[in-house]
Formats: sequence, structure tokens, C-alpha cells
Amino acid sequence: MLKTTPLNAAHRALGARMVDFGGWDMPVNYGSQIEEHQAVRRDAGMFDVSHMLAVDLHGAGVRAFLRFALANATDKLRDPGGALYSCMLNHEGGVIDDLIVYFFTDECFRLVVNAGRAENDLAWLGSLKEGFGAELELRPRRDLAMIAVQGPNARERVWQALPETRAATAAMRAFHSVNLGEMMLARTGYTGEDGFELLLPAAAAEGLWRQLLGCGVKPCGLGARDTLRLEAGMNLWGQDMDESVSPLDAGLAWTVDLDGARDFVGKAALLARPRSRQLLGLVLADKGGVLRGRQKVSTPEGEGVVTSGTFSPSLGRSIALARVPLGVKAGALVQVSVRDRQLTAKVVKPPFVRNGKILIN
Amino acid sequence: MKTPEHLKYTTTHEWIRTEADGTLAVGITDHAQAVLGDIVFLELPPVGKRFGRGEPCAVIESVKAASDINMPVAGMVVAANDALAKAPEQVNADAYAAWMFRIKPDNAADIGGLLDAAAYAGHAEK
Repeated sequence: MLKTTPLNAAHRALGARMVDFGGWDMPVNYGSQIEEHQAVRRDAGMFDVSHMLAVDLHGAGVRAFLRFALANATDKLRDPGGALYSCMLNHEGGVIDDLIVYFFTDECFRLVVNAGRAENDLAWLGSLKEGFGAELELRPRRDLAMIAVQGPNARERVWQALPETRAATAAMRAFHSVNLGEMMLARTGYTGEDGFELLLPAAAAEGLWRQLLGCGVKPCGLGARDTLRLEAGMNLWGQDMDESVSPLDAGLAWTVDLDGARDFVGKAALLARPRSRQLLGLVLADKGGVLRGRQKVSTPEGEGVVTSGTFSPSLGRSIALARVPLGVKAGALVQVSVRDRQLTAKVVKPPFVRNGKILIN
Repeated sequence: MKTPEHLKYTTTHEWIRTEADGTLAVGITDHAQAVLGDIVFLELPPVGKRFGRGEPCAVIESVKAASDINMPVAGMVVAANDALAKAPEQVNADAYAAWMFRIKPDNAADIGGLLDAAAYAGHAEK
């Protein structure tokens, strides 16, 4: 029995193609996935991401706990509403999950974690909490729905649908959030475009979805979400990194704060095992197919592997993220095994596209 | 889901149309294009090559996934639709207009072993 979000009936009413997405019955596309992708790059699209889990952490020990549990330094969060992207590591320095942590007060933070990792993350956080002994409570918020509205016109459309939110969010910077009544509005996302992620009570989700539809926001499935995040050079857990991969080898060194005396789970392992690979972008030069995860990459410095690949609607060609040896440099040409042939791809530094602009040549 | 009556089908979602000259035009069904989503790449078989029944002979890729196209009956490829390979999104626009290649069957009677529209529709709905 697949799990459903509060918007399941709304997706079906829109004629969505529904798929089993890690145990959740989710829309992969409503019509053309490429049109959904372009709507987000050029105007505004919305995604039901209610399968993701918000976990609220309450108590006097929260700051100290997160300082220890997360690889990024949550002490960077000083303004209420501030948000930070971080990996959560195991003791071996592998990535248990990547998440966004939101700072509400010194005694209340919110984590938003991947759907497929939620149960695992809760168990892990629970076990860390015991060892920690701090005054701390974990509250999984399955009562919340989450709608990501993304695109250059996304914020304007949200204000059109919810005029009362404009004043509190018009000046809000990226990676900040605000709670208004029972709704959280965060200027975050997974597309490389501006926009909001809205967390609200499940019962209110369908009403908001319809209002946004009425304001011209295009419903977009998880198919477009994947091509958008890949163009934006954003990692996907389970493809670009997992429990066996160090964040340093997965292009996520910028999210790991190894400075100073702070100890955190996985730090000793990362210090003992320096970076040995890098995550770079590939653009297929040949028109002979599509780059996909697990394809072998041959470089003069040794072998690598495609971790995520797709067809980029913005570039009109296939792109990928690939884990390759450290010596490989942007501009190099490499060979990728696509089915039974070797195709040439150019190495680039991701992102490929941000804020509607192509960033590679 | 459209399944025109005048065509034959396979369980692997190819459609087959018998041409006036006895060759068979092959494409993928409307159901298949809908499942695959936006088609972005098509690799056609070489003209003159023989394939056995059910043998993968072409590749179609959508944004989401790659999929083989299989030979519906044993035979030789006599034509490939290169214009379609340059504009593979036409498969989404009209799957039954988008023929991919034509084959000369080894044995014309093999066509009798293919599914008719009703049988295919029943298969695809499963």
C-alpha cells in the first residue's frame, strides 16, 4: 500500500501520471515534463513535496545537539528564520542524509529531510539523542504538507494567492523563513530558481494548491524536479552521495565545517580520510544518447562514474554529475560508456543553469 | 490510450502496420510514449541488418529512461526514419504517425502471431 500526500486527489484530478516514488504515490508529470521544467525556469511552477518530512526539535539542548549531529555549523544560524543546508553523517563520515535546518528560536529548530530517509533519520537522531543525554524532544510533523513554488515569478504568484503574506516576506532574503499563523514560508528550493517552500497543515494544502492553480502556477511533477535540480548542480541523496560516500568526495565540502574545535559526528573520519574524488559536471558532446547514473567515465587520470544524468531541457543536450579523480579539470574531454558505445563528454563545473541563465559554454 | 484497429501490436508496446508492398512499418504505441514521457533520443537500426523476433534493434530515450525497441517478427530492416531521429519529440505528438523503421519479414505469416488492438489494449491496461 503506497503512502499518499494530502494532495493525492488533486494530482489525479489534474491527470497526473502517478508512480511509486520510494513507497509514495507521487506525480512524475502531468503532461510534458519538459514544459513543466520550462515553466519553472521562465515563470512559476509548483511541486507537492509533502512526502518530505519536517522534524521539529524542541528543548534547551537543541543547539548543542545540532552542533554535534550535523556536519555544517548550525551556529552560523543567528537570525530567527535563518536556514542552512547540511549533511548528517555517520561515524564513518558517510552521508546519512542531506537536509535543510531552520532556526526558529534557541529552543526550537526544524529539519526538513528526504522522504526516503525519514524513518532512518528519525531512528538515527533518536539514537544520537540518547547518547547525548540533552533535554531534547523530536517531533516528526506528518501533520504538515509541503508545496514548493518555484520560478522567477513564484513569489509574486504566492503573494497573489496569499496577499496577507506579502508584507512579512517581501524583504526576506534567500535561505530565510517566517512562520505566519500555521504556515511556514521559506525562501528555499531545489530548482536553482527563486521561490518559496510552503509548509502548512495537511487539511489546508488542497485549498492552497487550487488558489495557486488559479493564479497561473503550473503543477510540476517529480520528473521536472529532477531535471531542474540537476541543471542547478544540486545533489540527490542515493545517487550523488550515500552512506558510503564522504561529502568531501561528493562536491559537498562547502557544507562541511571542519574549522575550529567543534566536534561532530563523522568529523574524525573526514579528517582521517582526506578528499579523494570530486563531483563535476558533464555535458555530452555527441548526440548519441543520454547520460544516466552508473555509466563508467574514462579520464586520463583514471576512472569515474556518472552519479546522476539526464537530458537538460535548458541546454537541449544531455548533462550529468559524475564522481571523478581529483586531477580531472573543467574543459577536459572524457569518454562515457553509454550502452554499448563510448561517447565524448566535456567536463564542466556545475551548476549548469541558475536563475534562468545557462552558466556553462 | 489510443489503439487503432488497423494496426497489430506486441506485448513490448510496438505497433506494426502492413504496407502496400508487404513490408512492415514499426513504431511504439501511444501507451508507451505516455509512460516514457518526453522523448529526446532515438537510435534506429542499420538498414540491411537482420534481427530475430523479439531482438532489441533500436533504442528510445526519454528524459526519464532508456528503452529498447524490439523486432516484432524476424526479418531485415529495409528503411529507417532518419527524419524522426532528428525530431524524436514527434513520437509524443502522434505515436502512430511516427514510424521508426520498416522491415521485410522473413515469413509474412508471422504477422498472424501479433496482437490485435483489443488484445493489446487488454495487455496495456494490466
